This record gives sequence, structure tokens and C-alpha cells, in this order.
Amino acid sequence: MQFLKVRFNYLFKSTKGLILMAIAMIALETAIFGMLSGPMAELGVRDFFVRILKMDLVQAEREGRIIILYHSIAMAVVAIETYMITSLLKMKEFYKMAVRVLITVGYLLVMIFGLGFAYWGHNWVLHGLYITGLSLIFFAGVLLVIALWPWNKEYFQPDKNYSSTKNGVDMGRVAFFATALTTVISAMFGAVPGSYFGNGFEAFLAENIIRLPEKTTMEYSIIGHLHIMLALIAIMITLILGQWMNFKGILQKIAMPLIILGTIVLNLGVWGVVTPLEPVAHMIIYMGATPAMLGALMLVIFAWDKLIRQGTIGIKKASGWQKFKALLADPLKFGPFWQMVFMNFTVSGIGIFYAVRLDEIFRMWAHRDERIELTGHWHVLSAIIATIILLYYGDMIGLRGRIRKLYGWGIILLSDLAFASVTIFETKRLFISEAGQQPLVNTVMYLMDFGLGMLLVILAMLMVWRLFDLFKKKGRWAEEVEHELATEVGK
Amino acid sequence: MKHLILIFAILLALLLASCSPIDLNTPIPTYETGVDSTAWVPVPAGTFYFGQAAKLEEIAYNYQIMVTDVTVAQYVNFVNSALADGTLKVSGDQVVGSYPGDEFTGAKHELEIGAGDYIFVPLNDPAARFTFNGFTFAILPGWENHPITDVSWFGARGYCEYYGYRLPSELEWEKAARGSTDDRPFPWGEQISRNNANFYASRDPFENMATFGSRTSPVGFYNGKIYAGYTTVDSASPYGLYDMAGNVWQWVGDVTPHFSDRFMRGGSKGTYDMDLRVWVRNSAPPMYYSPSVGFRCVKAGN
Repeated sequence: MQFLKVRFNYLFKSTKGLILMAIAMIALETAIFGMLSGPMAELGVRDFFVRILKMDLVQAEREGRIIILYHSIAMAVVAIETYMITSLLKMKEFYKMAVRVLITVGYLLVMIFGLGFAYWGHNWVLHGLYITGLSLIFFAGVLLVIALWPWNKEYFQPDKNYSSTKNGVDMGRVAFFATALTTVISAMFGAVPGSYFGNGFEAFLAENIIRLPEKTTMEYSIIGHLHIMLALIAIMITLILGQWMNFKGILQKIAMPLIILGTIVLNLGVWGVVTPLEPVAHMIIYMGATPAMLGALMLVIFAWDKLIRQGTIGIKKASGWQKFKALLADPLKFGPFWQMVFMNFTVSGIGIFYAVRLDEIFRMWAHRDERIELTGHWHVLSAIIATIILLYYGDMIGLRGRIRKLYGWGIILLSDLAFASVTIFETKRLFISEAGQQPLVNTVMYLMDFGLGMLLVILAMLMVWRLFDLFKKKGRWAEEVEHELATEVGK
Repeated sequence: MKHLILIFAILLALLLASCSPIDLNTPIPTYETGVDSTAWVPVPAGTFYFGQAAKLEEIAYNYQIMVTDVTVAQYVNFVNSALADGTLKVSGDQVVGSYPGDEFTGAKHELEIGAGDYIFVPLNDPAARFTFNGFTFAILPGWENHPITDVSWFGARGYCEYYGYRLPSELEWEKAARGSTDDRPFPWGEQISRNNANFYASRDPFENMATFGSRTSPVGFYNGKIYAGYTTVDSASPYGLYDMAGNVWQWVGDVTPHFSDRFMRGGSKGTYDMDLRVWVRNSAPPMYYSPSVGFRCVKAGN
């Protein structure tokens, strides 16, 4: 009994245990439900899994199933970010515990019962539990906002190396607060129309209605919701990385106001889509995204400069090559920021090009080709966030030496190979005709499948190792029970 | 670092190699399906389930719809006749015909389509299933009974109107595909297998996923017959239509206010099975053409 109790305490009470648990759940879900994807259907794997797992897939409910699937993964990612925030930032112990309990129970309910409802027949009790899970996560978010309240003197920033107001309000904490608060509000932009469409069983995917000239307020709300939630998850992981790297100095002082301003304006733009401001909402969104991305750029510059300086200690005048080697020396520290830069090639850059040439190029394609571009675009962004979390997690659990390098470079290179392939796939109509595309499609699909498949193998190896570790009396888990991320900042 | 450069060089070479041209004229197996591509079936007035949410809609009149998509042979006959009588003309590398234009409202992303001549079919597309010698069109051997592709919405509409028919509306198309008794997702029923229709990687005799990919199948191919060892399932719709799911997307006639795109239905040889569900929509500007897009016509009465 004691054996189970201490391990249960590790998995459900400690920061690193909670993060491990959530990563394991996402890994399991990805492994199972990834088997239903298009390429797997081509190979006949989908039908096999549907039969073996006795899934009940009604054709008309595909869109609804996918929405629940996306939510179940997203909620676990939100939980991971919340564990990190509650471990990195000072807050009252009550709030920390309450937020963690609510969000853990919440994402597990969402994942287990949501997927049960979606893929194994329609037991409405399961649907009720799924909604309960989402509600608990919402309340965890509300509590987190309260816990992060930056105008509490306890949390004022005394160190002048960090961005703060004249009164001492910590701008870094304000950034976390603003992101958490807008996340909670933006969640409602999904919840309200979700209830409306769910009740009428008219689930739809945004990419399927994107071209329709007249959309209802509820449809706009859904489109806004999915865009802003992903953007907010990305902003939050940026802030977390900043905390991890002990982001400070002039760059941090410029970055924090930019990120706060960007986040608020970005949200106002998205919320504007359900108001008479809709025609100019996109312009407001660009106005918000620009400072937020500039703030993120400041963090990348700071982090890479820090890695170079740390890696060239002892060298009087380091050459460019030595600096480059120092930058790449630790893939787990270099990787998250590289992924943020790489995102500009595979997500932001494509998105801006898309927006600028929408009518001239993309709207001359068939809607289906545009849909491929849209879904590829945000799948890559989601997956980049996931790889950043995995890289941070690798550092968090203290991977060392060769394993650290293999794990880090494996994630970076394999994921970037897959993301680059997705980008080529989604934009292929720019440079190859439909009739002549098959060899290119095959190549990029193989590269994509190889990259993602091997990435999942690395993740599976990590999870199996951590599972075996749990059976050891003095395993790594035992060391991690008391670890808090705040004490590891800036290492 | 050397290893990395080597790996990326290999990847780059692989990508460049995969962009090299493929032989689009690889001979296609020929099969006689036994389905009459000139046949029409009546669709009676009445209610039916429309869309993914299966809302009850009504069409208050009888109409007839073609049993199959318009074939390459039928379209080539049309173009030759229409060129001869001056309905169509060759302009540069296109066959063009007139269109009275849409009402332009200046809505966001709306394309202005005024009265004028518009492309029916391109003349230089390597995926075309016909040839043109400067005077007449001829069918590429083996493709006679395949659906015409590479045809714009103008070209589809022009064909139907030339013979006194018209393109089906979305409502008419879906009623013909789904029947009027239930809310089935596919014309033949609830589930789809590889032998029901021609879709992406459905392993039919016309595809080679290593080279040219998925190609069209003869109209009415999925009628329960066995073709040289390949067994098909009879996949007619309740009214007896073939290829209402897969093979080629089918243009429908609706012109939507504030929206210049035209809709297509039915999925195609180039899409996964999810796009073959009867309510799934695709759309494109009316001058768009593709090796995956064709059409069929409707006419009034019984």
C-alpha cells in the first residue's frame, strides 16, 4: 500500500510527477488516435484499430469527434503549462493546490470521458462528465487568475534587473496574469457557441466554413476561439520559457510591456469578430500579434546570448565558430528557442504570406486545397508547442551527457523535418500541379511520417524509462518529489 | 556537422527528385461497365434529409438527373459541335464560351464576374483527356467512358445549357445522391469500403500511388461487377445514380449572393473517404479546373 501511496503522491502532488502524468496521457492518446489519421487509413491501419478497439464511428459525427479529441489534448497541454506556472511563480499554497487539483481532475475527466463519449457510442453520462471536466478547468483558470494577481505587494519585484512599474509591480507577473485572464475569457468564446451547436448537434470544423461569405455570430465566435486559444497557449509557453531562462535585463524590460500589450490587443481583435468591429478585427489582431512576437524575439536573443556567454566562459576572445558551438552545445536549452524561430518559417511566415496574397493566390484554389493549408498550419503550431514542452521537460528531469544530446537533437531535427514536410505539403499547389503532385506528396508524407513516428518513438522510450523508474525504490521519481521549477531557474 | 550536411543533401536531392515530371499518359486499363452514360432517372418531388445535421427539406417538383457524370466522349462531341456552330471559340490556349455574368456586390473576397467569354476547358493541360489538332477535338484512347475533367464551372454549365439541361442545384444534387427515405452519409448506405468508390488510395485498378497517383475510373464502374479480378460493390444511390461519391467532384449550379465561388459535391479520386459523404462541400472560382472535377446535368419533368 505504501508502495502505491508514495508513487501516487509523486504523480498527483509533485510538479514533475503531474507533468509526467499529463505528458504520458497525451502520448498515449496520440499513439491511439493517431492511428485514425489519413495516412494510417491509407495503410489500412485505421480500420484495424477501429475493429480491435470496438470503436463506434458514426459518419455524421466525425467533426464532433475531432473537436472533442482536440479539446482533450489541448486541456492536458493547458494543465502542463499550469503546473509549470504554479511551480515557477510565487503564489499562496492554497491557490496552488486548488488550481492543481481542479485542473488535474478536469483534464482527466475531459480526456477519459470525452473520448469515451466521442469514439465509443453515445453514453450521455460520459458527455456530462466531459463537460464537468471542462468546467473544472475553467474554474482552475479563474483561480489561477486570482492567484496571479500582480498588484499584491507580496509579489512586487524588488530587483531592478527585471521589468517593473515605478510602484514595483512585476511586469513579468502582469504578463502571466494578462495571458491567464484573457485565456479564461476566450474560453467562453468557445463554451457559449459550443453549447449552442452541441445542443443542436451541428458541430463543424472552422476550416470547412472559412470561405462562406456570411457566417453567424456563433460561427465567428468558434473561429475566434480556436485561433486565440492556440495563440494564448503559445504566448504562455513563451512566458514560461522566459521564467525558466531567468529572462532579465534591458531586453526583458522591453519585451514584457510588448507581450502584455500584444496579448491584450490580440484578444480584443479576436473578441471583436462577434461585434460590429468584425470587418477590422483582422487588422487589430495583426496589431496585437506584432508586439507579442517582437517580445518573443527579445527572449530568443536573450536566451541565445546567454547560452553563448555561458559556453565561452574561459575563452578570452571567442571566435564566431566557438560561439556557434557554444550556442548548439546544449540542445535542450537551444532547442525551445530554435523552435520558436523555426515557427516563423512554418507558421507565421506562411500565415503572413497567406494573408497578403489571399485573394490573388489562395482563393483561386479549390477550397479543399485551402483547407489543407489551414489545418497544416495550425497542426504545426500545436506540435511545435508540444516539442518545446518536451525539450523543457528533458531539462527538467535532468537528462545528461549523450542521452541529453540524443534526446534534444532527436526532437529538434525529427520534428523540424516533419514540420518542413508539412509546410511543403500544404503549400504544394504553389509550385506543382494536381496531376503531377504524387511523387512529391509521397516524399513529403514519408518524411513527415518518419519525423513524427521517430519523435513518438523517442517519447515512448522516455515514457517506458519513466514507467520502469517508478518501480524502483530510489528511482529518479523519488528525487523529483520535492523539486520545484522555481529553484531551477536560470541554471 | 558533416553528417548533418550529408543528411540534408540527401533530403534535398530526394525532394528535387520527387518534383521531376511523371508520365501522365501511362496507358489506362479499359473496362466496359455496362452502365449507360446517356441514361437519366426521374427524381420525384418531395422531402428529403439535407446536410450533415439531416434537416428535412422539400423539392416541390419532379426532375431528372443523369445516371453518370458526363463522359469524355460526350464532352468532346459537345465541344466539336459547339465550335462548329460558333457557340464556342478557341482563344489562346483555352476553349471559351459566353456567360452573362454575376451580380457583383463588392463583398469581401468576392471576384467580379461580368458578362463575357470565360474558359470552358484548357488546351495545354497535360492532364487533359482529349487532344486538339487546331480544328477538332479527339478523345485520348481508353478515356472514352471516363468522366470529363479539367472542365470549369462555365464549361459544365455551357455543356448542360447547350442541350437544354442545366446543372443541378445543391438541393437537387443531394436529394439525388441520398434518396428521400433516410439520412445516409453515402449514396449506398452507412459505411464506405475501398470497393464502393474511387477515392484517394482506394487501391482501384486505375491508380498507382508511386507515380501518377489516383486516376478516374469509368463512369458506373462501382456497380457490383468483377473486372479482371477486381471486385466492386454495387454503389448506386437509391435512385440508381452512379459515382455520386468519389471519382470526380461535381459542379452544382447555385450562384450564391456575395460569393463568387461555385460549389462542388461528392468528393473525388484525390480525396480521403470523409469527403465522399453526401453533405460535404468543396468550392472554387468558376474558372477553376482540375483533373478531379467533372459534372452531370439535370432536366425538368419525369
